[in-house]
Amino acid sequence: MKALTIFDVSGRAMAAQQVRLNTVASNLANVMSISGSADTVYKPMKPVFETQYSNLQGNSGIATVDTVGIQASDAPPEKRYEPNHPLADKDGYIYAPPIDQSAEMVDMLETSRQYQNNIEVLSTAKTLMLKTISVGK
Amino acid sequence: MNAIDQYLKQDGTALSLRQKRLDILGSNIANAATPHFKARDIDFASAFKSATNGGDLVKTSSMHIDTGGTADTTDVKYRVPVSPSLDGNTVELHVEQLQFAENATHYEATLQFLNGRIQTLRSALKGE
Repeated sequence: MKALTIFDVSGRAMAAQQVRLNTVASNLANVMSISGSADTVYKPMKPVFETQYSNLQGNSGIATVDTVGIQASDAPPEKRYEPNHPLADKDGYIYAPPIDQSAEMVDMLETSRQYQNNIEVLSTAKTLMLKTISVGK
Repeated sequence: MNAIDQYLKQDGTALSLRQKRLDILGSNIANAATPHFKARDIDFASAFKSATNGGDLVKTSSMHIDTGGTADTTDVKYRVPVSPSLDGNTVELHVEQLQFAENATHYEATLQFLNGRIQTLRSALKGE
């Protein structure tokens, strides 16, 4: 792995937050995805973040973040008795994905705030670098 | 070490340490949502001291070699969180943002000092 610069650090963190935002969007989009059996119902997704260090920089404190995987929740789906529903199974039950809408909204806000923070870091670093280039002029 | 080098060295060291701290604080902000990540930082005052005059190492013999500390020997410490979170992450965004802003301002200040020194040098060279 090459040495990390501040642009790698914030850029990859933004990519990770973008993945997180995508999973939140998928989860929210599938809130009403009713299914006729417990096996085929949509499973909410969560990204797994992991700190990445550069092996060239040792104990320098410079670290970025990557999404190392997306985990599907194994929470049991919501079982509802609705015998008149076209997708109901033979006992009259339908299955809804176990999605907590408020928790997803909170996640979305947090993701957006952290994305903004990384942009702030990037633009500050960029401004400072440009000023440094023109030093002594 | 020549005179010009000596003249600019202090601001150069400060600038490189500020840059290093900018990277570390940027890393903290990037990892604000990563479980188990421990926020880090450097103590600028002591890092600057050790980078400019070899820290507290006192030469007791004329045979001792000057340590001439560089910015790379900086001790990167772990931050103690005000209120630790359950996922083991010690990044507190308000703290990091504050430190980041402070560091960026100091970076700019150092840059201005350096610019001032260079201007002085130039006018001395031109003899106007």
